[in-house]
Amino acid sequence: MPWTREDVARRAADELQDGFYVNLGIGIPTMVANFIGEDKDVTLQSENGMLGMGPFPIEGEEDADLINASKQTISELKRTSYFSSADSFAMIRGGHIDVSILGAMEVSENGDLANWMIPGKMVKGMGGAMDLVAGVKKVVITMDHNAKSGAPKLLKKCSLPLTGVGVVDMVVTNLGVFRIDEQGMTLLELAPDVTVDEIKERTEANFRVADDLERR
Amino acid sequence: MKKVYESAAKALDGLLFDGMTIMAGGFGLCGIPENLIAAIRDAGVRNLTVISNNAGVDDFGLGLLLQTRQIRKMISSYVGENKLFEAQFLSGQLELEFNPQGTLAERIRAAGAGIPAFYTRTGVGTVIAKGKELKEFDGETCVMETALKADLAIVLAWKGDKKGNLVYRKTARNFNPMMAAAGKVTVAEVENLVEAGELDADCIHTPGVFVQRIFEGKLEKRIEHTTTRKKEG
Repeated sequence: MPWTREDVARRAADELQDGFYVNLGIGIPTMVANFIGEDKDVTLQSENGMLGMGPFPIEGEEDADLINASKQTISELKRTSYFSSADSFAMIRGGHIDVSILGAMEVSENGDLANWMIPGKMVKGMGGAMDLVAGVKKVVITMDHNAKSGAPKLLKKCSLPLTGVGVVDMVVTNLGVFRIDEQGMTLLELAPDVTVDEIKERTEANFRVADDLERR
Repeated sequence: MKKVYESAAKALDGLLFDGMTIMAGGFGLCGIPENLIAAIRDAGVRNLTVISNNAGVDDFGLGLLLQTRQIRKMISSYVGENKLFEAQFLSGQLELEFNPQGTLAERIRAAGAGIPAFYTRTGVGTVIAKGKELKEFDGETCVMETALKADLAIVLAWKGDKKGNLVYRKTARNFNPMMAAAGKVTVAEVENLVEAGELDADCIHTPGVFVQRIFEGKLEKRIEHTTTRKKEG
């Protein structure tokens, strides 16, 4: 059985270590915050200028001056600090953020990422995605293994305009977990009842299977 | 020299002209100089190039200047929240230049700091780097980005004193400090205008040298997406 969106978020949360500073993108990445264990001290960064992002505010306590990068009202924590967009991207570009978890339209076997633009459709913009993938120490992608049409999203080469070249370190899909490094793409883990053959069928990218392939 | 003005319209008097470049602080609807935007609409200047991370929503923020078709070009990182923007862009009435958000912030910072250009890894190998100078540093390819100036910067602060010192509040700070420094002229709209000496000098975010005009504005402070949780227990 493939993983649900929650399962994917839970698996991505395993990549967060105690003491990490982390930036979470929109969609499944946002859900990762719900699965960070109590034993881990993880600080969330919001690129609009906040370190130490808290949960949504209690009803009636929302503050127009306190939003996340998706423009949703949020709350602050005791550890919170605020800063300008220039300082925020100094953190991001300067390599001070440990992990960024983002969504993707396409990922190539060498770690190229496309997640901001489909030619011919209205382009909303890249926001902070290009800076995040260029600067954050580790980039983890969470996404469905295939597009709604069934087309593979893990490709030999991306067809859409890129967000970054060779920037992705790990991909968690509903079918399994992949590592991308100098050796190329490696399948590390399988979702329950998913077979290597099934993944091969649904993937265009070349990948090798880890010797210690794990079934979750 | 007197920096204090009575209203947004008075603070903008003599500064606006057709074809000018204006940078406007804010992230989404958070930290936007609402009354200055409305006053620019009322002044009717046209053919504007506007530098701002986003483009407001249809009926608020910079959306007001789209309604009246005063904007010819936007320089932004994300414009997803605005249907009017989409319509004008797709019909060719509106020009658009996307910048990665961090590159946008740094280009503005550079302008205020007197740095004409800088190199960054952001965008290398993407359409953003097309036609721009590339250079290798420590084995890594970087792209040159240039400073982004404006004829006028309009910013919002929480508190400001009569000498132009500004303090921002929470995530409403965003692009405002860099823009305050990057405008040929900077007009600050503040929620609370106080006497010089009332702000803690150690906690001022934007020193008064960057601000030429200041006024107190009454704000609506609209929230784009209200998200809450129930009180536990």
